[in-house]
Amino acid sequence: MTLDKNKHADFYKSMLRIRRFEETAIEAFSAGKIPGFIHSYIGEEAIASGVCGALEPGDLITGTHRGHGHCLAKGMRMDRMMAELYGKATGYNKGKGGSMHISDFSCGVLGCNGIVAGGIGLATGAAWGNQLQGNSRVVACFFGDGAMNRGSFHEAVNMASIWSLPVVYVVEANGWGISFSTRNAINLVDLSERAKAYGIPGVSVDGYDVMAVYEAAKAAIERARRGEGPSMVVCNAPRMRGHEEGDPQTYRPKDDIDKAKKNDPIKRYSEFLVAQSILSKDELKAIKQQVEEEVAQAIKFADESPYPNPEEALQDLFVEEK
Amino acid sequence: MSMPDKDISTRKLSYLMAIREAMQEEMRRDKNVILFGEDVERHGGGFGVSKELWEEFGDQQVRNMPISENCMAGLALGAAMTGCRPILEFMFMDFSALAIDQICNEAAKIHYMYGGQTNAPIVYRCPQGGLSYKSAGAHHSQSLEAWYVHVPGLKVVFPGTPYDAKGLLKAAICDPNPVVFIEHKALYNNEGIVPEDEYIIPLGKADVKRTGSSITVIAYGYMLQFALEAAEKLMPEGIDVEIIDPRTLNPFDEECFFESVRKTHRVVLIQEACRTGGVTAEWGMRIEEECFDWLDAPIVRVAGEDVPIPYAQSLEEKVWPNISKIIAAIKNVCYFN
Ligand SMILES: Cc1ncc(C[n+]2csc(CCOP(=O)(O)OP(=O)(O)O)c2C)c(N)n1
Repeated sequence: MTLDKNKHADFYKSMLRIRRFEETAIEAFSAGKIPGFIHSYIGEEAIASGVCGALEPGDLITGTHRGHGHCLAKGMRMDRMMAELYGKATGYNKGKGGSMHISDFSCGVLGCNGIVAGGIGLATGAAWGNQLQGNSRVVACFFGDGAMNRGSFHEAVNMASIWSLPVVYVVEANGWGISFSTRNAINLVDLSERAKAYGIPGVSVDGYDVMAVYEAAKAAIERARRGEGPSMVVCNAPRMRGHEEGDPQTYRPKDDIDKAKKNDPIKRYSEFLVAQSILSKDELKAIKQQVEEEVAQAIKFADESPYPNPEEALQDLFVEEK
Repeated sequence: MSMPDKDISTRKLSYLMAIREAMQEEMRRDKNVILFGEDVERHGGGFGVSKELWEEFGDQQVRNMPISENCMAGLALGAAMTGCRPILEFMFMDFSALAIDQICNEAAKIHYMYGGQTNAPIVYRCPQGGLSYKSAGAHHSQSLEAWYVHVPGLKVVFPGTPYDAKGLLKAAICDPNPVVFIEHKALYNNEGIVPEDEYIIPLGKADVKRTGSSITVIAYGYMLQFALEAAEKLMPEGIDVEIIDPRTLNPFDEECFFESVRKTHRVVLIQEACRTGGVTAEWGMRIEEECFDWLDAPIVRVAGEDVPIPYAQSLEEKVWPNISKIIAAIKNVCYFN
């Protein structure tokens, strides 16, 4: 597939936004400005960028505990995301959600989720809702390879298959569920073989390669939009960092980590863009500059925003009748 | 097993290490005691409680599980019915929600429903709660003991000290019934005296953590710390607080509650969990049924707010009980006439 230059520039920018957001959030976490957990999306930037790059603006996604990348690729603002991580009142969830729950429903994000596989059933339900309402929206459902072992994965994919629901299951196969390697947790080399069991198409792609992800996602999304049913796209992207910030990864062979880092998807992609004369070094630099400004703004916004008023803790439990 | 006198031992152990030591002793005693859950092998579980056990006991007794909570609880039950004594570690108690079918519909009922033919000696280890464990958000901070207390056939245990954690876990592992064993995440690093000599604390027995004459405060889990601190702060005012730690939430030691209430005539009940439908409601009602004539003031509860646990610290603090809320409640009850 040949893509035009603008598409490449969009992909590069999307991946870089995620990388720089995460690096900056990790710094703020180390400095004690962000509490709780951070499960960084570093190394998986090509997945959300490639998939969201193939979605239409009205389409929907579900994210995970490792969800910052999903949100950014779907078009959420960095400043309100950073404010949410800081636990500030100006955050997307008013400080009630935090890293694992950060979401903008107006942007088509139906929630990040602290429960592994927590989004698979509801993504499938959203696809059903779209089908019942006769619109042409597609749902992209992101989850990890570890989540494929939750019963709700099986239950959801079966239902999507029998009713030809417009959903694409995007498996972010980083090879690990915390300390348990997928090799030991699933007795398959190619995870996309699972699709066969449900009678749906499944492919595996290099999850470090944004173009490969895009191509596979586009085919699956178009199929779903035509009413032909769900697909599974397995994106293999070895985990570049610990499961969460602070994870010493003592359970993991060092060469497994080194190998992942050597293949850094952003480095690889930018080298490819320059070598193929798709974007010049200067053009990449200009994109970098834009991203740096956005990150700096986001930190400033988060730093300067107020913490929520304690009374706010008791608001939002039920929808208030107006 | 004899009960060693904890006053003459000086060995200090953390709550976390006390739990590990209980598992280790029981796993050494009986190779049918098996431990499984997410990341329990090299990683030692989500909080490191199970560290070193895989190295000592190997795959036969310690096993990593795929992320399949419902089936894990099914495995525990099947293995229990065929001679094992499973300890199932949930990474966070919040995720036990995904296993509740096998715990509540199957394990809890299995002895009764099949007319006493089979039984389920299982321990579900469940780290829960928030407080000094901050900003974990709505899916990693809940206090869910009331869900399980409401199911006949389950025992529910919640230690508040390292000494109790070890003795109660040993009792839970030896118990022929399913036991939900709750661990407070913010207590893992708390140290206390844990004798080297083996001991066991029977389930269903409360402990008077502080004797006093003015008022009975019933508190458990992390709330016990708050209650003890509140009691010290109230001493100068002449309020002498008696603190009871039920330790086992079901079956709970109501006789111990009644005895104290007949002495002090005043009661405050404390739970970290959200108020509505909490265990303290049951205790308050039992006290009212049995000790109405002895009460000099209405029974008062201090509890979490009825909302999910928010992320930002300014919001979390609003939601949880704290020492000043507890002191205010105790004073209200003591000055009531
Ligand atoms: C139902 C449930 N079980 C366990 C956990 C704890 N946990 C958080 S992330 C994780 C690993 C998830 O692996 P995977 O789905 O592959 O996603 P990854 O973290 O590798 O991106 C686990 C076990 C959880 N959050 N929810």
